[in-house]
Amino acid sequence: MLTIESLCKTYSDGTEALASVSLTMDAGEIIAIVGGSGCGKTTLLRLIAGLDQATRGRIGVDGETISAPHPAIGIVFQEPRLLPWLSVSDNVGFGLAKLASDERDARVSEALARVGLGDYAERWPRELSGGQQQRVSISRSLVAKPKALLLDEPFSALDAFTRASLHEHLLALWEASRPTVLLVTHDVEEAVTLGDRVIVMRPRPGRMFRETKISMARPRDRLSPAFESAKRRVLLDLDASLKNPDALERADVAPGAALWW
Amino acid sequence: MVDAAARQEGLLEERSHARPFLLNGFKWAVGVILPLTLALGWELAVYAELSNGRLLPPPSRIFAEFVSLARSGDLIFHASATLGRVYAGFGLGALIGTALGALSGASIGARRLLDPTLQALRAIPSIAWVPLFILWMGIFEASKIALIAVGVFFPVYLGVADAIQSVDRKLIEVGRVFRLSRFAMVRRVLLPAVVPSWITSLRGGLGLGFMFVVAAEFMGASEGLGYLLVDGQQLGKPTQIVAAIIAFALLGKASDSVLMLFARPFLAWQDTARARL
Repeated sequence: MLTIESLCKTYSDGTEALASVSLTMDAGEIIAIVGGSGCGKTTLLRLIAGLDQATRGRIGVDGETISAPHPAIGIVFQEPRLLPWLSVSDNVGFGLAKLASDERDARVSEALARVGLGDYAERWPRELSGGQQQRVSISRSLVAKPKALLLDEPFSALDAFTRASLHEHLLALWEASRPTVLLVTHDVEEAVTLGDRVIVMRPRPGRMFRETKISMARPRDRLSPAFESAKRRVLLDLDASLKNPDALERADVAPGAALWW
Repeated sequence: MVDAAARQEGLLEERSHARPFLLNGFKWAVGVILPLTLALGWELAVYAELSNGRLLPPPSRIFAEFVSLARSGDLIFHASATLGRVYAGFGLGALIGTALGALSGASIGARRLLDPTLQALRAIPSIAWVPLFILWMGIFEASKIALIAVGVFFPVYLGVADAIQSVDRKLIEVGRVFRLSRFAMVRRVLLPAVVPSWITSLRGGLGLGFMFVVAAEFMGASEGLGYLLVDGQQLGKPTQIVAAIIAFALLGKASDSVLMLFARPFLAWQDTARARL
């Protein structure tokens, strides 16, 4: 279980990026966070990953307080960040240096097979498409078997078709070990497709605003009324988060209008 | 549509196989056009008695001198002596330059300690070390190798330190996420990331090594291509001087090619214009 208690982050120039963010995630849960630019989504992920230090507050995994990169936490960035001098398989096995080579090879092969890149093991990252590189990046994080996986807008640079395909790959990988997943995204449809809960953050300073529980079974039909309803609710929350508090009550406001600011 | 795409793909593949052959065929030809034209022009000028070719002999006389030196074994003897000094000095300078460059690039503390002193030493013309090296190490091999090592050290040190400081922060974060120790971060992220710059600095260092070996052999060597230069000057043999200069050029180019041959497998991952040209 991943817990965040009253997490605050103020930068040295006085900018308050996060103000008292608290969140509890159950094991195996997928939580999607959406919010306007500058609401502290990426800051929150970087603090949990241990890449930045919180000003106040606590982050815990299964009761253990963490303040630096921890083996229980994996992260996938917006860009694949593959090491260009390593082959695809060496990139996937990058975090497994302490394992015996047999076990490492087996885990890497299995991870690559799961994302449909078994035949690409000896290729260079530059020989892969953007979507394939991101699949390798996700495999690299999951092959280390973290208890929590942080995803920082990992599909934002990809086209809609590739993104939908990667959602399927991600869910297949998640099914295998069921880590807790915290996904930051700008895409409300993506949040509703993947999340058990969708949390909307509001900016200046970044804080939790509203939460929508998504109780549909996976895989989710994006054209179903239930999906549309959940998406509409998140969009209304998003509008409201961007200082439009009447949005929930106003029928004439097009949901998602705030996204086009 | 699919067939057309496949045919197109096949065509591209065919071209990609044919291209290196064509390139290899013309690469050498293009590279020798300029020197051959200049040599031929000078040969014709001397043949037509537009010049007597006494101070700058025509290619035919230089070639004859080159063959004569090669047949007598002098060329191999002196070239071996020069190469031995260059490689020993290069190895020493590159090793220390890489180690201190990596230290200075990866550690702020080490950089604060080392960099000001090394930058100050870099400003000293390397030839200025010659009298001191002779006093310290005598006139034989040690002082010559030390001088070459000093020449090689600075470009390698600067290249490695600067390249490490320029490594993409995002890749370093990948190492941090996987909790690499400082040593592992240097070995697994920083050093591989700087290999292209390191090889460029080694090539620069090797070139300087060939420059400094001449200065070192002017210090009073009895063997080496530098000795042939001095000997040619003192005995008024311009053919020997030019033959030695050509030998330097050939050895320098050959050494650089060998370095690149060893380096190429470590650069195969690059997606650069250089790899495609």
